[in-house]
Amino acid sequence: MTRKEWPLWEVFIRGQHGLNHRHVGSLHAPDAGMAINNARDVYTRRNEGVSIWVVRSLDIAASSPSDKGPLFDPAESKVYRHPTFYDIPDDVGHM
Amino acid sequence: MYAQMVKSEGTAAAEMSPEERAFQDRIDRGEKIEPRDWMPDDYRKTLIRQMGQHAHSEIVGQLPEGNWITRAPTLERKAILLAKVQDEAGHGLYLYSAAETLGVSRDELFEKLHSGAMKYSSIFNYPTLTWADMGAVGWLVDGAAIMNQVPLQRTSYGPYARAMVRICKEESFHQRQGYAIMMKMAQGTPEQKEMAQDALNRFWGSALMMFGPSDKDSVHSARSMAWRIKMNTNDELRQKFVDETVPQADYLGLTVPDETCVWNAERGHYDFADPDWEEFFEVLKGNGPCNAERLQARRDAWENGAWFRDGLNAYAGKAAARRAAAALAAE
Repeated sequence: MTRKEWPLWEVFIRGQHGLNHRHVGSLHAPDAGMAINNARDVYTRRNEGVSIWVVRSLDIAASSPSDKGPLFDPAESKVYRHPTFYDIPDDVGHM
Repeated sequence: MYAQMVKSEGTAAAEMSPEERAFQDRIDRGEKIEPRDWMPDDYRKTLIRQMGQHAHSEIVGQLPEGNWITRAPTLERKAILLAKVQDEAGHGLYLYSAAETLGVSRDELFEKLHSGAMKYSSIFNYPTLTWADMGAVGWLVDGAAIMNQVPLQRTSYGPYARAMVRICKEESFHQRQGYAIMMKMAQGTPEQKEMAQDALNRFWGSALMMFGPSDKDSVHSARSMAWRIKMNTNDELRQKFVDETVPQADYLGLTVPDETCVWNAERGHYDFADPDWEEFFEVLKGNGPCNAERLQARRDAWENGAWFRDGLNAYAGKAAARRAAAALAAE
């Protein structure tokens, strides 16, 4: 009999209250509940988190490295989106 | 090291394709390579071998210490040892998950370990005979591992580098708890001190072997160093390890089992004798004192746990079917 491998899950941990969940790695587990249990043991043995998200790796859609140019290059020429683009005289005071 | 004698493949600079050239340039600029980026097949293959071997070492590395969990001298020591062995399992899992981003599955890597197609570090083929060995393993074996793992935090492959950062944070506890055991033994009764010295005697040479063969016999280094998946040569790291460890042995009042080991003021390093390389190659070939036992323990754990893994899979399948039926009924 060929064995079915446990699916892969991506693990996200909220490190402290008020912070975003952050990707920390992946693990195998048969279902979501076990994935959370395993994530506790694998990724939070030293108080690294206050909350865990897990999501099936297969369910993640990702941009491709070849899309990097079309996706992100256009922002480079839009310097006016940054506050430093505008010269405000010192006399105006803090803004 | 945890990955010893990893065979690397690759082409000389003159024969590089434009893609390979661009890839090498990214590495030279210090950029990280991520899973979906283009990479030469040989980079992928070499990394799978290296990270796989590293992961296997963490997993098999639980066995020599697991031997003492039920016989730890106090409840506190037992809790500490349990935590350490659990960390090793965690380190193995971080590394398997990083290796999986290269397109190999964890179960495939397990199969290769169990069939003997992939190796783990030679150090774990030695027995742990006394409680003092728990001290020597933490102090020397984890100490040697740290020498290699700290620079690997800067390795070119992103998932590997991030796994190393996580591992290094935890590894320092391992070395310190080992040294604490050695201190206790060395300051104990004459018999306890003798046990500590005996453990040092037995683990010194095999710890030096962890860094792999001498640079002049290390054929795969250049390619791996250009790719930044190997950061230092074997001899550099071995020297660094000796320089840090000898004063620590002095502090314990123990003697490194090497009469030639003396400070060389001219070089600014300790001189030391080569470990027994013949023994090293024999252990790698599978003829060490515990090779068969370690591999059998791994195979047994995997095979005897199969019904449990399958059971959880079956439960997950049934629960999903029940949820789907309930959702349909509610519509």
